[in-house]
Amino acid sequence: MASLNEVLDGKSICICAGSGGVGKTTTSAAIATGMAAQGLKVCVLTIDPAKRLADSLGLEELGNEARRVDPALIEEQGVEMKGELWAMMLDAKATFDELIARQAPDEESRDRVLNNRIYQQISSALAGSQEYMAMEKLFELHTEGEFDLLVLDTPPTRNALDFLDAPKRLTQFIEGKSLRVFMKPTGLAAKVTGRGVSVMLSVFKKIVGFDLIADLAEFFNAFSGMVDGFQARAKRVNKLLADPETCFLVVCGPQGEPIDEAVYFHRKLVEAKLPFGGVIVNKVHYPADELEAEVDDLPAALAEKLGDPNLAKRVADNFADYQALAERDARNIDHLAGELRTSCVIRVPYLDEDVHDLHGLTEIDRYLFATAEERVEMAAGRA
Amino acid sequence: MIVTGKGGVGKTTVAVALGLRAASEGKRTIVCEVSSQENASRMFEHTAVGFHEVEMEENLWSISIDPDESMREYVLLQLKVRAMRDMLFRSRIFNYLAAATPGLKELVTIGKIWELAQLDRKVKSGRKYDLVIVDAPATGHGVGFLQTPRTFASIARVGPIHSQAQTLDRFITDHRNTGTAIVALPEEMPVNESMALEKDLRDEVGVAVDRVYLNGLYPERFKKEEAAKLSQLVENENGATRAAARAGLSEFGRARSQRQQLARLKRGVEAPVKTLPFLFEPELDVEAARRLAGRLS
Repeated sequence: MASLNEVLDGKSICICAGSGGVGKTTTSAAIATGMAAQGLKVCVLTIDPAKRLADSLGLEELGNEARRVDPALIEEQGVEMKGELWAMMLDAKATFDELIARQAPDEESRDRVLNNRIYQQISSALAGSQEYMAMEKLFELHTEGEFDLLVLDTPPTRNALDFLDAPKRLTQFIEGKSLRVFMKPTGLAAKVTGRGVSVMLSVFKKIVGFDLIADLAEFFNAFSGMVDGFQARAKRVNKLLADPETCFLVVCGPQGEPIDEAVYFHRKLVEAKLPFGGVIVNKVHYPADELEAEVDDLPAALAEKLGDPNLAKRVADNFADYQALAERDARNIDHLAGELRTSCVIRVPYLDEDVHDLHGLTEIDRYLFATAEERVEMAAGRA
Repeated sequence: MIVTGKGGVGKTTVAVALGLRAASEGKRTIVCEVSSQENASRMFEHTAVGFHEVEMEENLWSISIDPDESMREYVLLQLKVRAMRDMLFRSRIFNYLAAATPGLKELVTIGKIWELAQLDRKVKSGRKYDLVIVDAPATGHGVGFLQTPRTFASIARVGPIHSQAQTLDRFITDHRNTGTAIVALPEEMPVNESMALEKDLRDEVGVAVDRVYLNGLYPERFKKEEAAKLSQLVENENGATRAAARAGLSEFGRARSQRQQLARLKRGVEAPVKTLPFLFEPELDVEAARRLAGRLS
């Protein structure tokens, strides 16, 4: 069984991916904290951390700029901080605006784009723009080379795969190849196919309202000088994602549905030839290790020790419930490991305390960065 | 009834439970999914239903609302001529425009929900439903999703879609007919997000938040004194007794911290909070949802 340290060895980018509600943000923050503690300069890029996570990192709020987490706060948890931990919260709209400012040939074209209503919609609302900007920021930080390791918490997409297609979809949109030709009234295409197209546009206008088309035309005009720059950049972003120094970790939960999604997501990563590193399963119910010493009549044995048959029965029933969950988790994870054919499956136990602060993160790190044997040993002490 | 909340909190289970409840009261009910993941039909161990209204049980129907299919249906209702619609959809430009128009997919999805809720259905052979339950996209997407009609009405200032978008916005914000339920988990971050979500739904979208469901609440199986006894057992014993005592302590700890989150949630939201028990079951199937339905009075 490979450990997380082996998987991340020599990597400069770690992307945590998975469906919503499986603890991606927490896992990303915990990985960043752990790697920083070992001596690296690490930045975790997150999308939407709960306010208290920002609080607990000692940061008033996370802006679109990287902020350093006070090492004293981590050392308070009994962890020696040999490196540096930085965090930033991505603001998709601000990142998009910065990108436009960089790509625009002059101020006038920049403002034309920034003030266009279609642009304002896509920069904040279009599906995929958040994902695209997350990767854009990642690319920017990587190019600047300030950090040894960047950990990206991918946006909570409805579908974990959206973000893989996002750059392509967005550049296609901006290129608008099929549309722009027809929007130039003097273009050759307009002469050849003019009537069919104008029928099409008039039907579309009838449905969505006239000014939308005009806005789109204006948008493409304003963007026309930037298309090449966008394409070139998207290509470099894609190259970076496929680089051997990048590592994708799939994060999931132990229930059937998240496991199925992890399997599906892994398949898509492989198809896209992206470097898969391993899978992290959160909130796993570990089976009780002491079962080797199983007793025939647990309620009776408990009643004897507790001197309370009623309590003993409830303890035994509760134990049976927990064991059933542990068996389910073990079954699901075996299935997952088989499907993924990976040696790196890291099980983080369901901790008794809710994880939402630095204390919780360092707890998680004890499991994340342990070897498989150490994890079993640690978890055996708990339910 | 729009069921919303953060990812992974059990929205589908709650949506199905609400559906089972209403169906058992004799209401003709449909559960709509918008994520094309078919989680609801899967719970009934039914094959994928797609963009069709399929009966799962007596009075309970299911549909997976695909935006492309909704768009086709909408355009047909507008143009009335199937051949013309098909010509339009074969056109690359039309498809591009449809994909490029911000929010159009969400708009036609809400449009379909509206259509399902009409007493006088627009589609042929459509029968009326007493209750339409929407398994909405996760928080973040959810608020944006419900805001689409208003955003759209302001972008397209004229034309049929402008008035359609206004109709949809009025439909969503009509407190007599449309309500929302938020599903939360008894943990720090989901509780925070639910409080923020209620505020956004109320202030930004203008919908009524009828109820917050706190899902997955552990039972309080042990009292404090009993937990102390279990701690002693963990210290002094070995083997299965120790493991069982440890499991008991875990349960006690989780149940207690969840009660704190429940109290925080109740203080932080205006809508009444209803708790749903954690089900110690390997997989949440339709029987599990049925048990939850029994708790939804």
